[in-house]
Amino acid sequence: MVQGFLILLVCQLAGEWLMVWFGWPIPGPVAGMLLLLAGLLAVGRVPDSLRLPAEGLVRHLSLLFVPAGVGLMLFADTLAQHWLTILASLILSTFLTLALTGWMLQAFEKRQQKGRSKAWN
Amino acid sequence: MELTSFWVYFNARPLFWMVITLAAYLLASALNRKAGGTALLHPVLVAMLMIIALLTLSNTSYNTYFEGAQFIHFLLGPATVALAVPLFDHRARIRQMVVPIMLVCLSGSLTAVVTTLWIGQLFGGSDKLLLSLAPKSVTSPIAIGISEQIGGFPSLSAGLALTTGMIGCLLAPLVFRLLKIHSDTSSGFALGMAAHGFGTAYAMQRSTLAGAFAGLAMGLTGVFSSILIPQIVKLFGLG
Repeated sequence: MVQGFLILLVCQLAGEWLMVWFGWPIPGPVAGMLLLLAGLLAVGRVPDSLRLPAEGLVRHLSLLFVPAGVGLMLFADTLAQHWLTILASLILSTFLTLALTGWMLQAFEKRQQKGRSKAWN
Repeated sequence: MELTSFWVYFNARPLFWMVITLAAYLLASALNRKAGGTALLHPVLVAMLMIIALLTLSNTSYNTYFEGAQFIHFLLGPATVALAVPLFDHRARIRQMVVPIMLVCLSGSLTAVVTTLWIGQLFGGSDKLLLSLAPKSVTSPIAIGISEQIGGFPSLSAGLALTTGMIGCLLAPLVFRLLKIHSDTSSGFALGMAAHGFGTAYAMQRSTLAGAFAGLAMGLTGVFSSILIPQIVKLFGLG
């Protein structure tokens, strides 16, 4: 458990350092995720000591957004003034993004499945 | 008099606000379960509103609150790294779909930014507001970085990204029903694309496969967007 937590933090730290080193705009935690994935692929399995904290954190991911979310109170004036612009662009754009990506990937998936069943016939 | 000094003493302790954050979240989750799991009463939204109300009533600043809440906030980093575990678990499925995943992610990232800026401009949003809106589909820690780079308000961007996440969870069931998107992989991926961490948490409830694809989409969008958004913003004559 402690070992696993250390692995997560070390990956994050290595990610931060690498991105500063290369001057890339990718945030440390995302780079850390890619590093950990590369490591897991190299090892070929997830150690139990890592699985426990990793799954715990992922399961309660939404709790971790609360502190930043409360920060919206600092922008009460901006929100009150521009709520229509903000809501319109957030809702419409999110709708379009969800629809396009979900539809595209499912279309690809269906084509792939068709191709595979043809190959089997 | 005595009661006020007691309150001030307590306020100053970071532990108090950490306890409040956890308790508010648990209470909000319980409420959400009672209400049948509706996304309208998303636990994060309800917990946020409860805490904001408490802070306003007790005249406490966000900085004081964050002194305690930062210990929870800090876990976002390792939690993002931890998404590598579900990705690894579903690596076979992902490997089959590498090319479509990349294509969909690129078009999704573009759609998210371009439509946001376009609609924002249509409604006459100021440059500063548009720049803060641009990274709205990117997970908060990345949105902060992008916003800083292009000249928006970083903390507003973080909040708008969270709002987007909630909107995404609200809209997803409707969009999936309309377009008949049933597969766990496609719905998960779309959730991660449009609603980043919130979408990933929501997809995790559906299945770990959906969650893994959401986490993948979230990570890729973060990477693509940090490269794309500064360029697109320039095309719109901002920044």
